Amino acid sequence: MLAAILVMVGIAVVTGLILGWSAIRFKVEGNPLAEKIDAILPQTQCGQCGFPGCRPYAEAIAKGEADINQCPPGGEEGVKKLADLLGIDPKSLDETHGTPKPKSVAFIDENTCIGCTLCIQACPVDAISGAAKQMHTIIAAECTGCELCLPPCPVDCISMVPIAEDLPHWKWKHPVIELKRVA
Amino acid sequence: MSRELFKFKGGVHPPEHKAESNGRPIHAAPLPRKLVIPLRQHIGNPAKPVVEVGERVLKGQMIAAADGPISTAVHASSSGTVTAIDLQPVPHVSGLPDLCITIETDGRDEWIAHAPLDYRAMAPADLRTKLRDLGLAGLGGAVFPTGAKLNPGASGHCPTLIINGGECEPWITCDDVLMRHHADEILQGMAVMRHMMGSTEILVGIEDNKPEALDSMRSAAAKLDFAVEIIAVPTLYPSGGAKQMTEILTGKQVPSGKRSTDVGLQVFNVGTAYALARAVHHGEPLISRLVTVTGHVLRPQNFEVLIGTPMHTLITLAGDRDGTTGVLMGGPMMGMPMPTLDAPVVKATNCLLVESKELFPPLPKALPCIRCTRCADACPAELQPQELFRFAKAGDFGRAQEYHLFDCIECGCCSYVCPSHIPLVDFYRYAKSEIWAHEKDKRAADLARERHEFRQFRQEREKTEKAEKLAAKAQAKRAELAAEPAVVGAAPSDADAKKALIAAALARAQAKKSDAAPKNVDHLTPEQLQQIDEIEARRAKIRELARQPLESEEKNT
Amino acid sequence: MPSPFILDRSSVTQIMAWVLAALLPAIATYVWLFGPGILVTLSLATVTALAAEAAMLKVRGYPVQPFLLDLSAIVTAWLLALSLPSLAPWWLIITGTLFAIVVAKHLYGGLGQNIFNPAMVGYAVLIVSFPVQMTHWAGPLELSSAPLTLAQSTSVIFGDDVPKSTLDAVTMATPLDSLRTGLLRQLTVDEVMTAPIFGRFGGTGFEWLAAAFLLGGLLLWALRIISWHVPLTFLAGVWLTAGFLHFYDAGRFGPPWFHLFAPSVMLGAFFIATDPVSGATTPRGKLIFGLSAGFLTMAIRTWGGFPDGVAFAILLMNLCVPLIDQYTQPRIYGGARKAKEPPA
Repeated sequence: MLAAILVMVGIAVVTGLILGWSAIRFKVEGNPLAEKIDAILPQTQCGQCGFPGCRPYAEAIAKGEADINQCPPGGEEGVKKLADLLGIDPKSLDETHGTPKPKSVAFIDENTCIGCTLCIQACPVDAISGAAKQMHTIIAAECTGCELCLPPCPVDCISMVPIAEDLPHWKWKHPVIELKRVA
Repeated sequence: MSRELFKFKGGVHPPEHKAESNGRPIHAAPLPRKLVIPLRQHIGNPAKPVVEVGERVLKGQMIAAADGPISTAVHASSSGTVTAIDLQPVPHVSGLPDLCITIETDGRDEWIAHAPLDYRAMAPADLRTKLRDLGLAGLGGAVFPTGAKLNPGASGHCPTLIINGGECEPWITCDDVLMRHHADEILQGMAVMRHMMGSTEILVGIEDNKPEALDSMRSAAAKLDFAVEIIAVPTLYPSGGAKQMTEILTGKQVPSGKRSTDVGLQVFNVGTAYALARAVHHGEPLISRLVTVTGHVLRPQNFEVLIGTPMHTLITLAGDRDGTTGVLMGGPMMGMPMPTLDAPVVKATNCLLVESKELFPPLPKALPCIRCTRCADACPAELQPQELFRFAKAGDFGRAQEYHLFDCIECGCCSYVCPSHIPLVDFYRYAKSEIWAHEKDKRAADLARERHEFRQFRQEREKTEKAEKLAAKAQAKRAELAAEPAVVGAAPSDADAKKALIAAALARAQAKKSDAAPKNVDHLTPEQLQQIDEIEARRAKIRELARQPLESEEKNT
Repeated sequence: MPSPFILDRSSVTQIMAWVLAALLPAIATYVWLFGPGILVTLSLATVTALAAEAAMLKVRGYPVQPFLLDLSAIVTAWLLALSLPSLAPWWLIITGTLFAIVVAKHLYGGLGQNIFNPAMVGYAVLIVSFPVQMTHWAGPLELSSAPLTLAQSTSVIFGDDVPKSTLDAVTMATPLDSLRTGLLRQLTVDEVMTAPIFGRFGGTGFEWLAAAFLLGGLLLWALRIISWHVPLTFLAGVWLTAGFLHFYDAGRFGPPWFHLFAPSVMLGAFFIATDPVSGATTPRGKLIFGLSAGFLTMAIRTWGGFPDGVAFAILLMNLCVPLIDQYTQPRIYGGARKAKEPPA
């Protein structure tokens, strides 16, 4: 009896020591889960999820305060990846947060632009160049297509232009093998 | 030859079909009325146009310059007038157009001044730049800029130089006839390569199904003042692959993810050597190449074709026949179906293979993979195609990459032997392009994240700076007030001023924007309405002008 | 559809047809040495398999014709039939075949998707569920006092009114079974093997059947339909394990040649362990697969509850295939490993 108790106590002590040691040795700075979620999010920074950017949304998901299906730019694929990461069932996109659209970039009609800088202030990724009373231009390569510059523009001179498929962006399609009869 | 040859793993023996086209002499294809010259003909950045619409250009004149080190220039293949710089059909399986320069030829075929290069006197870096500006790119299929490849690297010399005359792909014979008829020039080009690479051993590998080419190259090599080994290699597809040819001749494998110069060798196609000889000894840029036109045509043969010649003219020239089901650029193993024959011949066009139902019967329907591993036995990259297929099909691209998807050379051996007739290579191409697209998206997302974070940092900084400034200002103001007690009606703050400005701009813009139907007209006097109409008319005119700035400028000048 | 635009002439149908052809010498030997009963079993299994395959394809919404013509169902049926006792009752044959095609093949996703070899699943289910009927082996003709004709065999297989005495007269324990029961009765191997059922190095008749399977297997190897890896290592696994045990105590463990020339070992080595769908795919994986299956066969024969272990050994190794494949991925062209240096 005594031997059994001693053994159990011994195991408890050893395990406790190992746990304590690993807590110190493998201490993780920051919130690794939020980092991983943030890495999956498309970084559009559009705020359609209801959070001011991708990072806050990632943190909210990590804390369990937000659902994984609130990111329309990420699409169903994004939801699936988040579900994989978190080990939960994927669900369909919550349409109250918007629906996925073809990838686009903003385009400023430079004849109409009055140079008010409001869009520059709205752009989450500083992809609009220009100064007060000067015509503004979108840096297309850096535009995430978040559409946040559309509402503040007083003259509605910004439009979203879908990215056309050209040679450098062309992709091979999934080959079709017809095994089953198509009903 | 006494040289010991090595064997690469895998490979297949498809029917060769070389005899159809290799017997006829080389014919120069006639000058077409219109040349359409794509700017993206090589690996790397597309060339940038340096001519304008309406400009007259001479044969061999540079019309688009190389953009960066991994790029090459593009030249006018004949003299004439540039009529367009726009999107035109190009030889690509997608059928998507790409930026091209169109030249209306004048029939005079007038050369620009050009002179041989004294390559022995030139600094290697200058020579490489010169070759880049002469538009040289590998003519074996990959179209890698030759200038960039003629670099022995840090060591300063690359001991082994391999000239690849394998041409293992069925039907294609352009390298074969080039070696038969232009062996001397190929060897001249090789001498330049030897000079630039500092090579001591020069090997020419030619499949043993081309005895005439072997003879011709051997007799030409006998006249040289340095040793060249012309080696017959066993016919086995894909022995003409650069990596496979390397292994056959030297027994060395180019390490995965490394360059061949890392193991002290470099491989060039015979066509590239020929083009290099033309460039160095005559100063001619790469404006033409040999193209095999074969398959379902009346007179299968090889043509010397100007870059930019529409493909359909070549097929007419070789004699088109009824029952054509399609045209491939390249051979049956790796070639691509051409969505349109209006596409021009480019530097990569080695063959136009015209299909018919008899020559290329429709492939049988695919069955499920039975994991028989015949593909693995045939794979010259020594991969496990059945696993890659499984991952690619399931969209598990990460695993596909772990199983070395990117070492696949898309030679088609796996699909060729597959008893279930699965288009395996298609799946690998699909997986590769998905991975590339993902990586592109990932880079864009990383950039966006970085910029967003920087913006937040900047806003934070601005806020503190503003607060500090305000605090200082308030302090000053308080001091001022204390000194000078009565100032009535303080000036509006910065923020108010800005708001007012924006409001004014908004009003202006609103007025400007509502050109179609002026707003808020309900309570205006007829006089005012008339004024608005006048303004609208004027604005419409201005807009009309603004919309066509180029045209108006042209009219003015 | 992009390249390549030409194909080799091989097809799944062609591969399966060669496998069937390679079984013909063994079937001929079977008829010659054991009587024509096997033909009834083969036909019944074939018809059942084709019907089950067609039905399952229909149910699963696949086109029936191309998949029926791939002949894979017939291969499964023949392999199962050749594993069953030659006088097994008709319902046993049908049950086994149905189980193989419906459960082991189609419920796992059909051609190319089954983890386990269907024929061996059918066999395993039968031997576990109906051990008594699975002993209805017709003895070799040279030991039989009254060999059965085709009609008699058919009535044995289809007739449930066969008196037990009749059955006992024509069936006989297999050499493996005899050895097993003999050893259980504390006899030595030498004592057991004096019985007439034991031939030169295998069982009387059985050794020639095994040789016929070997011949068919060599044909498949010569045609490059199977590689040498699995059969050779499987046979090596059996022979080495048996040889080691026999060397350790010749009185308690049968001689290696006897174990090697059991028909089930040859059938397993060349026709079942080589099943590409349920086997390992990498060269090294195939070696491990074959060697382990051979070892397991002997382990089950020696210490297990059944006289033969080929089916269970292969099924167990089928289970390990994903693991084996993952850890035996070969070096690729230019991959890490010391590159072979060309001789100077």
